[in-house]
Amino acid sequence: MIKTIRPLTLAVSLALLSVAAQAETVKIAFIDPLSGPFAPVGQNQLKSFQTIAELANKQKWAGEHTFEVVGFDNKGSPQESLTQLKAIIDQGYRYITQGNGSGVGLALLDAVNKHNDRNPGKEIIYLNYAAIDPDMTNSKCSFWHFRFDANSDMKMEALTTYMAADKDIKSVYIIGQNYAFGHAVSRAAKEYLKRKRPDIKIAGDDLHPIAQVKDFSPYVAKIKASGADTVITGNWGADLALLIRAAKDADLKANFYTYYAVTTGVPTAMGAAGADRVKIVGNWLINGDIAAGKDIVEGYKKKYNDDYYTAQTHSSIGMVAQAIKQTKTTDPVKVAFAMEGAKFQSLNGGVMMNKVDHQLQQSLYIGTWSKVDGKAVKYDQENTGYGWKMDKKIDAYYATQPTSCQMKRPGA
Amino acid sequence: MEFTLFTLLNGVSYGLLLFMLSSGLTLIFSMMGVLNFAHASFYMLGAYMAYTISSVLGFWPALVLAPIVVGLIGALVERYGLRPLHKYGHIPELLFTFGMSYLIVELVQLIWGRAAVPYPIPKELDGPLFTLFSTSFPIYRGFMMLVALSMLASIYLVLTRTRVGLVIQAALTHPDAVEALGHNVPRIFMWVFGGGCALAGLAGVIGGNAFVTEPGMAATVGSIIFVVVVVGGMGSLAGAFVASILIGVLQTFAVALDYSLMTMFNGLGANITEATPGYELLKLTISQSAAILPFLLLVLILIFRPKGLMGTRE
Amino acid sequence: MRLTFTPLNLARYLVWSGFALILIVAPLIFSKGAALSILSQIGTVMIFGLSYNMLLGQGGMLSFGHAVYSGLGAFFAIHAMNSSGIGASVPTTLIPLVGGFAGMAFGVLFGYVTTKKSGTTFAMITLGLVELVFASSLMFPSFFGGEGGITTNRVRGDALFGISYGPQIQVYYLIAFWLFISTIAMFAFTQTPLGRMINAVRDNPERVEFIGYNTQWVRYLTLILSAFFAGISGGLGAINFEIVSAENVSAIRSGAVLLFVFIGGISFFFGPLLGAIVGVFFSVMLSDFTPAWQLYLGLFFVLLVRYAPAGLASLILMLLRVKSFGLFHRIWKPLLAVCAVSLVGFAGFLAGIEMLYHLTLEAANGSIMTRFGQQIDVKAAAPWLVVAGLLAAGIVGYRRVQPGYYAVWSEVNAEIAAKQRGSAA
Repeated sequence: MIKTIRPLTLAVSLALLSVAAQAETVKIAFIDPLSGPFAPVGQNQLKSFQTIAELANKQKWAGEHTFEVVGFDNKGSPQESLTQLKAIIDQGYRYITQGNGSGVGLALLDAVNKHNDRNPGKEIIYLNYAAIDPDMTNSKCSFWHFRFDANSDMKMEALTTYMAADKDIKSVYIIGQNYAFGHAVSRAAKEYLKRKRPDIKIAGDDLHPIAQVKDFSPYVAKIKASGADTVITGNWGADLALLIRAAKDADLKANFYTYYAVTTGVPTAMGAAGADRVKIVGNWLINGDIAAGKDIVEGYKKKYNDDYYTAQTHSSIGMVAQAIKQTKTTDPVKVAFAMEGAKFQSLNGGVMMNKVDHQLQQSLYIGTWSKVDGKAVKYDQENTGYGWKMDKKIDAYYATQPTSCQMKRPGA
Repeated sequence: MEFTLFTLLNGVSYGLLLFMLSSGLTLIFSMMGVLNFAHASFYMLGAYMAYTISSVLGFWPALVLAPIVVGLIGALVERYGLRPLHKYGHIPELLFTFGMSYLIVELVQLIWGRAAVPYPIPKELDGPLFTLFSTSFPIYRGFMMLVALSMLASIYLVLTRTRVGLVIQAALTHPDAVEALGHNVPRIFMWVFGGGCALAGLAGVIGGNAFVTEPGMAATVGSIIFVVVVVGGMGSLAGAFVASILIGVLQTFAVALDYSLMTMFNGLGANITEATPGYELLKLTISQSAAILPFLLLVLILIFRPKGLMGTRE
Repeated sequence: MRLTFTPLNLARYLVWSGFALILIVAPLIFSKGAALSILSQIGTVMIFGLSYNMLLGQGGMLSFGHAVYSGLGAFFAIHAMNSSGIGASVPTTLIPLVGGFAGMAFGVLFGYVTTKKSGTTFAMITLGLVELVFASSLMFPSFFGGEGGITTNRVRGDALFGISYGPQIQVYYLIAFWLFISTIAMFAFTQTPLGRMINAVRDNPERVEFIGYNTQWVRYLTLILSAFFAGISGGLGAINFEIVSAENVSAIRSGAVLLFVFIGGISFFFGPLLGAIVGVFFSVMLSDFTPAWQLYLGLFFVLLVRYAPAGLASLILMLLRVKSFGLFHRIWKPLLAVCAVSLVGFAGFLAGIEMLYHLTLEAANGSIMTRFGQQIDVKAAAPWLVVAGLLAAGIVGYRRVQPGYYAVWSEVNAEIAAKQRGSAA
């Protein structure tokens, strides 16, 4: 009997060991500004990630494995992000996520590539939830990078499709911040509008220094003088809030199509000034498609008195969890291979991670800032009494873009 | 015509706001030779105080109370922080105000949080003042201009027509003689510093709701008020007024000009394309460089006329 | 045959060898993970601070725009690293020189206009210049890389002796090497006639003109040399971070180096070295532990300006001076007492600030705050009472102990002053 006990105990203990060894905590490092001017946005999104991580652990999205999201403050600077990355690598993280600022995103992408190159066996995956410079899934695409937000070209494609259907739009003014993203928005807007509605006149194209202009009235005066009835802008933060306020002050009767009017701080600054005038293109609108995310939104509001609007937190953690469950391992390389081409049900419907360039394909929404009426607009933002009314939901394939990505895969 | 008129109005109102901000700084500098780096922070403090007071008492009491509170804080800072440093010279004083600016930002964030606060324009002042052609000019801007002009008038009257003002003017150039005559010069310094900070606070009350009230607001106006003070001439209130109007109008009009060196050369017959060397520099339009115009002006003035436009000391 | 006798300056050899030894041994002591990158950062900031002190401490020129030279040097260095033309032939070890020469070139260009005046005018013009360069950096993205900056790979070219600069430890030793050379060079500068003249210009520019020197020329030359070393520090930063962006030429960075150098002590040569360590500690390491780090940095700086305007170096040197006169035994007990009560009060203050921060900024996460492994409930009364108690104890203790210390300290310093006067007479 002793002879059988030993192998038996060995087998049992090995089995127990393997089960115990399997239940890992997948730690995700969140690198974004947690102090400084963009702190509110960063804090909101960190809390959103942590909310989803809790949900994932409760509902066992990744089987026995659990998630933990820890915030690292990069103060909005690419250099500080790289310093934080070194500390993050030392602490043993294998997954990082970031979104505020394509400048930081590109720097991190480069650093992650270099690290993975120099340290085989210690690779890290970069889950990009909001840095939307198209280059990251085109000329600078990388196997280690996955983008969960539609990039700025995709958003512009959706936006111009919506605008093309609106016969009232005759003349468009493009204004943006003078840096890579602003340039990308301007270029894409002009190109796509020409393709879809060559009769629309581009009344003007302005770039202003980022976060420096206090007084937008001269720009508004220019827009007025040009006779435009629509304004397209990729502005965010104070730049967007002040632009909209100045437009209201000067009584500019034009619609504003924006990317980022939903981000923390802008709704408060906009208030009633933007009513029925400001539109947004984004990957989720609470008032349009609430079914899947109702509990999350209401729970978040109750706990933090803040709005949950970053659906990418759900799709990113969800797809990583799905891949972990599928491959039965938390090894980033295997998970990455499993995520390529994967499909997932997220808050905004079915999404798919493109294998070719690691760009998530998902539906996009156009919404208008409107007063809460309990029907079309149930949820407001930042307790302003105004929220986003959904105008249209645009299917994923409308926004798909061709890609120039030539991805090098490990083991290939 | 509409465009030019409104751009002029906008430029002048923006310039007057700049003047409100920098008048206090000029006063402090001409009085004490100390360049108060924390001046923009007092502006921010004024806006936040006004937000808190106006949510309890309303805008009009805040308009009166907030600058007084900020002025008192400024006086305290001078009494316990700056005064002991007088004997060490100007650099430690400057550095002290520099450190204060960091500190005030942190304290504001500690008390009011890191997000922007919803400090609204009062209902009575919200709306168009008049509508010319099709553009309207908001009441609030008109109110801003009114406050700035009355601020200028009252400072001028206090300095030239009251006894206190005469003593202050004397202490400006001959502090020892004034002290010998029996006036408490350190106390005058303290009140002037407090007064300058109160002016900054008033600018904050007015400007905080027109422009977003957030912890970063001090950093964005910080450098431009130094430009105004230096260009106007350090020590001259009239110079600061002229300089702020000049910079305001210049920046506002510059935004309207979409000309660049490229348009000029192309107009002369050259054919400049993306392949031309220096294309980036050539295609830079005046409107894109509108934000750096004040600094360009600063550097040029300091090279060619360091006294500033109407300065009395360097 | 002439025999010349020059006494061996043993102290000099000891000090410099000690410095070199510390540089070599530091990574072996602080070997944990991110410590190496912090040491590397401290190294680059030290060079930057020393170059800045050439202007501020030795020349009395308060500049708010020194980051222009280090930043532009960094940009040139990183473009050299990325280039496939002439830059490709420069080995990574010599890239800091590229930064240095670029910084020097801009020093020649900008220095001519900035050094025309001194004092406040100089300070203002440097502020205008840095804002100008910073704003322009966002307008010319092909050189400055826009808001994302320019990245590079420091593993380039042939690896001489197996040194590829991939691992951080190799980068650290590169920085340590350049730091050692630059420190020697900048110290040597202080011993040259130009180094002495800039001191004279700081103290009495009118007199300098009297004896025939052109103050503007002296300042100009000093600025050029200072810009050279700033460029070296920029180039090393480019190698260390492998990224250079607009914030390298920002007023914020200029302000930071001013803060650090002042904290260290501007009147002492080694002050910036001290300031770099303290500064990097506050801004890089402390920010990982507490959100209140900027408050602490600002408070520390303001208190230093108010109570010790000559910096930390002065505090250390004053104590060393007392020790060298053999009078340390008189002050160490009161000094210890003052330190102890200050520590108690300080602990209370720290705890209070941390709790306040948690209350206002992290309130949504519940009232439990975790610091140093302890769970503290900020809504309960007990922790606040502890804080109040510590603060009270600190204040009462300080009032009790400080006058005694002050008396002993003044006594000791008066004796030392008398001794010095006596020996001089």
